[in-house]
Amino acid sequence: MSRLASGGRIDRTRPIRFTFDGVRYGGYEGDTLASALLANDLAVVAHSLTYGRPRGIFSAGVEEPNALVQVGNETMLRATQVELVDGLEAIGLNGRGRLQLDSPSPSGGGQGGGPRYDKIYAHCEVLVIGGGRAGITAALDAALTGARVILVDEQPELGGRLLSAGWNDWLSASIGTLESAPDVRVLSRATAFGHYDRNLVLIAQRLENGGRLWQVRARRVVLATGAHERPLIFANNDRPGIMLAAAARTYVNRYGVAPGKRAVIFTNNDSTDVVAADLMRAGIVVEAIIDVRAGEAVVDTRDQQESLRSVVVGSLTGSESIREIDCDLLCVSGGFNPTLHLFSQAQGPIRYDEGLACFVPDVAPPDIEVVGAAAGDLGGRGQGTIMPYWVVPSDGQDWSTHFVDLERDVTVADVRRALGTGMRSVEHVKRFTTIGTGSDQGKTAGINETAIIAAQLGQPVGAVGVTTFRPPYVPISFGLMAGRNRGDLFDPIRLTAIHPWHVAHSAVFENVGQWKRPWYFPGAGEDMDSAVLRECRAARENVAVMDVSTLGKIEIQGPDSLEFLNRIYTNAFDTMKIGSCRYGLMCKADGMVFDDGVVMHLDTDRWLATTTTGGAAVVLDWMEEWLQNEWPSLRVRLTSVTDQWAAIAVVGPRSRNVIHSLFPHLASGAESFPFMAIREAETGAIPVRLHRITFSGELAYELWTPSWYGLAMWEAVMLAGEPLGIMPYGTEAMHVLRAEKGYIICGQETDGTVTPQDLGMSWVVSKKKPFIGQRSHSRSDTARPDRRHLVGLLPLDRDELLPEGAQLVLDSNVTVPANMVGHVTSSYRSAALGRTFALALLQSGRERIGATVYAPLNGHTIAATITDPIFYDKENVRRDS
Amino acid sequence: MLIPCPWCGDREDVEFNYGGSAQVAYPPDPASVDDTTWARFLFYRPNPKGKMAARWVHTSGCRRWFNLVRDTATHEITPQ
Repeated sequence: MSRLASGGRIDRTRPIRFTFDGVRYGGYEGDTLASALLANDLAVVAHSLTYGRPRGIFSAGVEEPNALVQVGNETMLRATQVELVDGLEAIGLNGRGRLQLDSPSPSGGGQGGGPRYDKIYAHCEVLVIGGGRAGITAALDAALTGARVILVDEQPELGGRLLSAGWNDWLSASIGTLESAPDVRVLSRATAFGHYDRNLVLIAQRLENGGRLWQVRARRVVLATGAHERPLIFANNDRPGIMLAAAARTYVNRYGVAPGKRAVIFTNNDSTDVVAADLMRAGIVVEAIIDVRAGEAVVDTRDQQESLRSVVVGSLTGSESIREIDCDLLCVSGGFNPTLHLFSQAQGPIRYDEGLACFVPDVAPPDIEVVGAAAGDLGGRGQGTIMPYWVVPSDGQDWSTHFVDLERDVTVADVRRALGTGMRSVEHVKRFTTIGTGSDQGKTAGINETAIIAAQLGQPVGAVGVTTFRPPYVPISFGLMAGRNRGDLFDPIRLTAIHPWHVAHSAVFENVGQWKRPWYFPGAGEDMDSAVLRECRAARENVAVMDVSTLGKIEIQGPDSLEFLNRIYTNAFDTMKIGSCRYGLMCKADGMVFDDGVVMHLDTDRWLATTTTGGAAVVLDWMEEWLQNEWPSLRVRLTSVTDQWAAIAVVGPRSRNVIHSLFPHLASGAESFPFMAIREAETGAIPVRLHRITFSGELAYELWTPSWYGLAMWEAVMLAGEPLGIMPYGTEAMHVLRAEKGYIICGQETDGTVTPQDLGMSWVVSKKKPFIGQRSHSRSDTARPDRRHLVGLLPLDRDELLPEGAQLVLDSNVTVPANMVGHVTSSYRSAALGRTFALALLQSGRERIGATVYAPLNGHTIAATITDPIFYDKENVRRDS
Repeated sequence: MLIPCPWCGDREDVEFNYGGSAQVAYPPDPASVDDTTWARFLFYRPNPKGKMAARWVHTSGCRRWFNLVRDTATHEITPQ
């Protein structure tokens, strides 16, 4: 055991048991996994990614490149940041994470016992990032002004570097002041990982069994992010037992652990003076301090049982070995790098400071301030005088064990190879060597990489620069990004008022936009094909009913509503009487079909337009865009009423019987309630608006009622239809029925490249009034005679179903690449036709009716006859009956 | 990005939809322009590096359209 008898911020009265790679160990409350492993003399915690070399704990913080572990389902954690809790089970990762694929997927955010993640938004005047001396001071100053302050720190307790330097009175007094200040919020275990436009800062907070993603918008951000120590590079500089000097001090002072018994210190600056003193006070023998400022360097190391056994000391040129020193701990300091990740993400410029031998912030962007070590004030770290020095050359010019990036297993040899290929930019060298692309983002490697390139190219370090810092500063789990937006909460789910009935009657649902719509209602032992054929037959031969509440519904009110509709839709509404409906089609300015629906004239200056289920929001946005931007003088108001109405289609030759049964006082004959008319009526206490419209081609009624009554109205319809054998049907049968009639579905027959004329729908395009898209219909390309037209297809084999999306060619013996002349847009089995059929867009299709086209499909070709797109009741006898 | 809605004040950019350049006017009488002019209205949009007047709509707020000038390189927004 290497636990010191006393000292540190651990609680020796609270022992903790944990396992690492299945072996039981003990530690204390206040330990990290890393400090506990060191206390248990576990030198080797991982093997490296590429070369499989043994690696030990290298740091005491976020910059750790070696000690990657998995705890439970959370992977890519740094042992230096994992707080020890009782029963913790950790496994070491040799550079790669492992996901337990057999673990149950937590549903709805943690209900399955998995980690639970949440998101929270916050605003403040001052956001201070970093809870060390500089950050606490900044937070205290800001609190005095009465500002709302948030102080973010990645550690379990405030103090930063001070925690490793011994507790002091200033720290406890300051924390007390912060805690009693009314508008100061301290976030511990919280890492600010992304700094975005206008001081939006994303913060990952670790909580017990999960975490919280903070999105903080701050008027001013104070970056007190401190500095990371960087190592010096020499041959075999990666052995377990080699550690950053300040980290060794942290283990002794903060965790009461001796990371070795006999230490050598290798440095180029003053910060190691206090390290040596503290190690000796803890009883560790400091065998030597090798200082490059005195002309000496560690040129190589030797190992025993995978761990450090001795260091070889030589001159700065690396050419001669002076002596070998036995040791099990080598503390290395090459100076400090201010932590500028967030500053750079916020577009803050940085410059190289020759005197400090590091990059420091230049002029800060507006509303950002950098303080303390992050600003280049390295006095607190005790850097003092520094001799810029990076790599100890080795005898024989072998660079294959001079590790630059420990996590990525990249050496000086790799950097030299990159430069040898002619690369000059640090960005190119990064991508060629992968330096800085590990989960540690090269926190201990990046600046050394720059210095090596600079030395090789004979350029100043500042001219080579650094690679771009990008979020996230630390690895962020996908779970944290998703938060509760998973499972049923991934996207809002919209349900109609009638939904419970569908569920109770075993509907199979399909997603249409955010809506759940019944796809079909399978009977016992029935598959989809037979259910759909049965539902279609019911609509064609008897009476069937469908929930069409999901239709988009927009109310249009105001004295200029008629003019507005005339401009938006391709057809005209001037002659439309109150109490009637009309089909309407709309195009984008490029003349292509956008959406369609039914326009209802409800009252003077009051209209209602339906849209496709998926198009409701975009159509409303489209209407508002034109109303507000191009036609502000029109006195029109638009309101979405999609959710306010439940709607039921009652369809089929016997639908009138159901209507008569529900509304005995309503004159529902063909003449008194004709096609496209609107009537108001009541059944029981349910107010109903009836529209005689059809999307199946049959005699049909749409019954609208306020959503509150939706389920009651549905049940009333089912009850009234029961003696007739009324049957519910879903969206699949609806698709078949409308396709048999050649009715298009926007988004299925159209894809943003199809005009009304292409669809054979010139009848709905007015020649008398201007409308959006009209000018485009006379463009040379839209007026071409050889555009793709909507046609019907009848496969020669009556049972063969063309796949939707299949490409069409004119030659049955086609070879690839082929001249494709069209594609299938819809394809179904039809009960009414007793065969399969399809709709397609086909080049010059209307001129080809009667000819044969071919759909080549992976070694099999389907031949089909080209027909008119209306297959059923072309004269509309059934619709108007 | 924070976008200043003229009606609601500064709001997160996720509340808005982008409507493209504010400098492409709808021809007052589309029927009177030739194919080339019409095609320029339909398909050509400025894409400068620097200040650009653009249309936005506060979709998740007041649903009003408005114009603002944004620097496409820095996201700095200045009222039109």
